[in-house]
Amino acid sequence: MTQLTEATTVLSAINAYEPWYVQIIKTLIIFVIGFSLVPLALLYERKLLGRFQNRPGPNRVGIYGSLQPMADIGKLLFKEQFKPRGAIGWLFVLSPLIAMVSALATFMLVPFSGAPQDILGTDVGLYGLDSDIGLLLFFALSAIGAYGVLLGGWSSASKYSFLGAMRAAAQLISYEASQALALLGVVMTAGSLSLSEIVDQQGDQGIWFLVPQIVGAFIFFVATLAEINRTPFDLLEADSELVAGFMTEYGGGRFALYYVAEYVHLIMAGAMFSTLFLGGWHIPFWQDAPGFLDPFVVLAKTVVMVSIIIWIRATLPRVRYDQLMSFGWKILLPLATLNALVTAIVLVAF
Amino acid sequence: MPWNPESDVVAVDRGPEPGGLGGAYRVFGETLRGLKTSFGRVVEGTRTVEYPEEKVPVYPRWRGRHKLHKFEDTGLEKCVGCSLCAAACPADCIRVVAAENTPMDRVSGGERYAAVYEINMSRCIFCGYCEIACPFDAITMGSDFELADYNRSDLIFTKEMLLAEPPVRTPLRAEGE
Repeated sequence: MTQLTEATTVLSAINAYEPWYVQIIKTLIIFVIGFSLVPLALLYERKLLGRFQNRPGPNRVGIYGSLQPMADIGKLLFKEQFKPRGAIGWLFVLSPLIAMVSALATFMLVPFSGAPQDILGTDVGLYGLDSDIGLLLFFALSAIGAYGVLLGGWSSASKYSFLGAMRAAAQLISYEASQALALLGVVMTAGSLSLSEIVDQQGDQGIWFLVPQIVGAFIFFVATLAEINRTPFDLLEADSELVAGFMTEYGGGRFALYYVAEYVHLIMAGAMFSTLFLGGWHIPFWQDAPGFLDPFVVLAKTVVMVSIIIWIRATLPRVRYDQLMSFGWKILLPLATLNALVTAIVLVAF
Repeated sequence: MPWNPESDVVAVDRGPEPGGLGGAYRVFGETLRGLKTSFGRVVEGTRTVEYPEEKVPVYPRWRGRHKLHKFEDTGLEKCVGCSLCAAACPADCIRVVAAENTPMDRVSGGERYAAVYEINMSRCIFCGYCEIACPFDAITMGSDFELADYNRSDLIFTKEMLLAEPPVRTPLRAEGE
């Protein structure tokens, strides 16, 4: 590890000790990995969902259906870019981009390794940005992502889209509150908003935050399901009542962008949960694991979380809108507040 | 008989009232039960038949594509061109034109034979009445059901096609299977 001077300690918050070309290459790699995880997640979800229903899932294109997502994306890209009459043109075009870019941008925050790794003689931290306020940035970016949904639904001049966007507004805002409050316990226990610091603390304290923060973890998980628009909270696109919700009028490449955003959100939900509650790159009972294992440990934990989310999708029906609202405001939010309060009292008292 | 209201009362099992802490607890428990149920499906494994490669065998009485038969010893056609199948056909998809057998040119076992025997498969409803109507068991229903084609005129099966042994496409279920 490089010896950091006093001045670079401040700058190290944004990886200033790394040469500029490392940062650019790193950004590109993170973008490429984030982007190529999407087809994998798509295939994984369809295969696993099939297994939950006694069927093998897609298995026609490629070996064991491995090229199915490519076929899907290829088909979408060659479709006509349709725009309904009455749609607000530039917003209609822009909003899928907002959704996708903000989703992919959250990927830079996931820390994949603790100490910077020595790659070809250069110290490289395996994260896009190890910000002091990583958690806040995560919330900020997912809030921007909500704009993609809202504007997309509003600008497409369709009542289904509009209803989907209205639901999105209410749902995302009400669940963001409990999601953030649930993490207050983690932030207090770790004493930092930096994601890599939170993971480090889980190693130093010798316990994953899932154990002391089990209530927070539960609330965060449920609120994340609502936030990333997954069953049982997929009311934004509720296919049985709203056709496809906010993306009813989208087709072709723009629809593909929304799709990419959705799956990046899915992966991000898993990665964030494993970072915050499952000890990130730490392997239980093996303190001095070699550094090159770290990214794979994070990925493995992410896959486990993604599988659980898909499992929930295969099991639960969609909740009604008023149930969603009363669950969010009457149960999750008080519970999250109580959790933060109790954590604070315990931390101060003991 | 006097009306006894007692026997008409149906006891309805109602679930507990929703809401409250008990409701939340029940919801949580039921969710876990549901998760267990759906995970059981993964353990069970798949139950699909991957159709074009793998086919469910048909039963012996399955009514598929028709077959015309010949006598095994003499090689003569069983069909005598009586048109009873055409008469029995509710979809009116069979066309038979009969002709006389001559001593020089014997085609069938009877006096006459079917010079033209056509079944329009796009009309056929696979009811099997032709098989029942036939006095000589000359026409029977086979096991093949993959009859799709690109052209309607290709779906008119001629006598040669019906007499020829169809390519084995459909597995037949063995006795007692």
